[in-house]
Amino acid sequence: MERTALDLWVGAFVLAGMAALAILAFKVGNLSSYNVSESYQLKANFTNIGGLKPTAGVRSAGVLIGRVTEIKLDADRYEAEVTMSIDKRYQFPKDTLISILTSGLLGEQYIGLKPGADDEMLKDKDVIKQSRSAMVLEDLIGQFVAGKAESAH
Amino acid sequence: MSLQPIVEIRDVNFTYDTRPVLKGINMTFHKGKVIAIMGGSGCGKTTLFRLIGGALKPTKGEIKIDGQVMHELDQAGLYEMRRKMGVLFQFGALFTDMSVYDNVAFQMREHTDLPEEMIRDLVMMKLHAVGLRGTHALMPAELSGGMARRVALARTIALDPMLILYDEPFAGLDPISLTAIGSSIRQLNNALGATSVVVTHDVQESLKIVDYIYFISDGVIVAEGTPAEIQASDKPFVHQFVHGEMDGPVPFQYPGGDYKTDLGVSA
Amino acid sequence: MPLIRSMRNIGHRTVDTIWRVGFAARFFVLILLNSGMSFRRFHLTVKELFFTGVMSLIIILVAGLFVGVVLGLQGYETLKSYGSESALGTLVALSLVRELGPVLAALLFASRAGSAMTAEIGLMKATEQIAAMEMMAVNPIARVVAPRFWAGVISMPLLAAMFSAVGVFGGYLVGVVFIGVDEGSFWSQMQSSVDFQHDIMNGVLKSFVFGIAVTVISLFEGFDAPPTAEGVSGATTRTVVQSSVVVLLLDVVLTAIMFRGI
Repeated sequence: MERTALDLWVGAFVLAGMAALAILAFKVGNLSSYNVSESYQLKANFTNIGGLKPTAGVRSAGVLIGRVTEIKLDADRYEAEVTMSIDKRYQFPKDTLISILTSGLLGEQYIGLKPGADDEMLKDKDVIKQSRSAMVLEDLIGQFVAGKAESAH
Repeated sequence: MSLQPIVEIRDVNFTYDTRPVLKGINMTFHKGKVIAIMGGSGCGKTTLFRLIGGALKPTKGEIKIDGQVMHELDQAGLYEMRRKMGVLFQFGALFTDMSVYDNVAFQMREHTDLPEEMIRDLVMMKLHAVGLRGTHALMPAELSGGMARRVALARTIALDPMLILYDEPFAGLDPISLTAIGSSIRQLNNALGATSVVVTHDVQESLKIVDYIYFISDGVIVAEGTPAEIQASDKPFVHQFVHGEMDGPVPFQYPGGDYKTDLGVSA
Repeated sequence: MPLIRSMRNIGHRTVDTIWRVGFAARFFVLILLNSGMSFRRFHLTVKELFFTGVMSLIIILVAGLFVGVVLGLQGYETLKSYGSESALGTLVALSLVRELGPVLAALLFASRAGSAMTAEIGLMKATEQIAAMEMMAVNPIARVVAPRFWAGVISMPLLAAMFSAVGVFGGYLVGVVFIGVDEGSFWSQMQSSVDFQHDIMNGVLKSFVFGIAVTVISLFEGFDAPPTAEGVSGATTRTVVQSSVVVLLLDVVLTAIMFRGI
């Protein structure tokens, strides 16, 4: 019957489409390393977040373990409050250092977590106390020029 | 043989926007008869056709089919009623993406649970009745106009309807096909014990096969009767129509201004 | 006064357009309500999947390949001046998966499959096939329109995915094979910056929404077309134009929501 040839083509089409999606997911994207797993929230305060944006990555030892979900200005302390979503598989001690790093020299900014030595771990909705703000180019140049001026004396 | 009314059209008026198309139409179609509705173009016969089929609702009056008032039916009831009716459209309206066989089998497959072997027998029988059994594997695009219309006729009678409506079945056919369609309409009607309504303006063919004729002009019935009565009628409109006279109650010139003025010649 | 006349004209056209959007919305709901048959008799939908999906494959794959190649070429030229050629994989993949795949596939689909559906249904209406079906007590929306709708909605994300996949391959072909960008960094940078949920799933969601829009517009224009030659031809042009505008408009809205968190 003519219908079977048609069915074959349609079946092949749908399979090809799903295959394309799979290729995109695994070879083009990061699905194999990214498990749609549960996450917990951590917060941190910074005096300056530089160019950090929401959806920026959170890395530890260079490995992606979460994303920045929200950036607000804390109206009482006039500091930036950053909320992050971290993969539940990774726990960090309470004295973890959080800093804003730049990928490459002029690349986009991301958050780096460096674990401390505390026995107690950070829990959901905890605030990371030790934070190092972003390097702002103007401040660096200012420091450099001031340093040069000093050594010239 | 007693007369049993199948279709009763009572004081039907239909207005399209503000234009009255049908004004106070009264007709009765009896079981087993072939009735013709005739009139010139734009007289309202196509509208009447659609009203009977339930595609339109009358502005006033009612149409009863087999005792059931058409415009009181809901969607499901309307579809139920339509299963007992067959409609042949002017150029056949065959489904162009299906073969002749699938076209005729369409209603059987949609509305019944008959097994394919039985459907095959039925399709062949219907096609044989219109003389086109050999075309069953062709696509509609491969048929001539006359053949397409006959296949459509086979499709129309697929479920043995009790009321069959024909929209200009004779339009544009060659003389051989004309006689073929005409005699098919009559024979099928008799064989099925159905009632057939033919909307047409082909006088010669209709007079040969129908039992009763209604003449419509300008939205009203101007004459009715058996073929013999109509042919002998001396009413001016009927006379003009039946004998194909160029000028008469239906004027040749479309109403317009003064001829001399239009030519730019002073009176 | 001619000014008042043209203003009245614009007002009239705007009200007309709003009416049509309303009709189209009602039509969409009607399709959804009558979709049972499309799934109970799935072979109807499969038949339409062939005509919308399979027949659009060639143009999607060819266009995808060319777009990927051009992205690779242009991307390389631009990145070279920043010394970031190794980011070519990222550039090509993200452009395709987030934007070009869903949008271009939708535009191509509208031109090929959408206009075909409009013409087909318009012609069926003009040759009284729709009226004949109604008189045979078969609901034409359920039998003719709804299967085409579901075929379009299923095809669209698949076609967009194939467009993106072939496009990435095209970028790889030109960047790595012909120009000589490092193969390792091409893929690794790409894989680390293309996020499954954020980029790929959003792209799929976009193409799903575009599929619904384009298919509804195509079917509505066909069903609503005046039953004449000019009527049907006008309807097919309107399908392509309106689909394109709506897809691009939806793209603005969806991109703003998905990628900027508005």
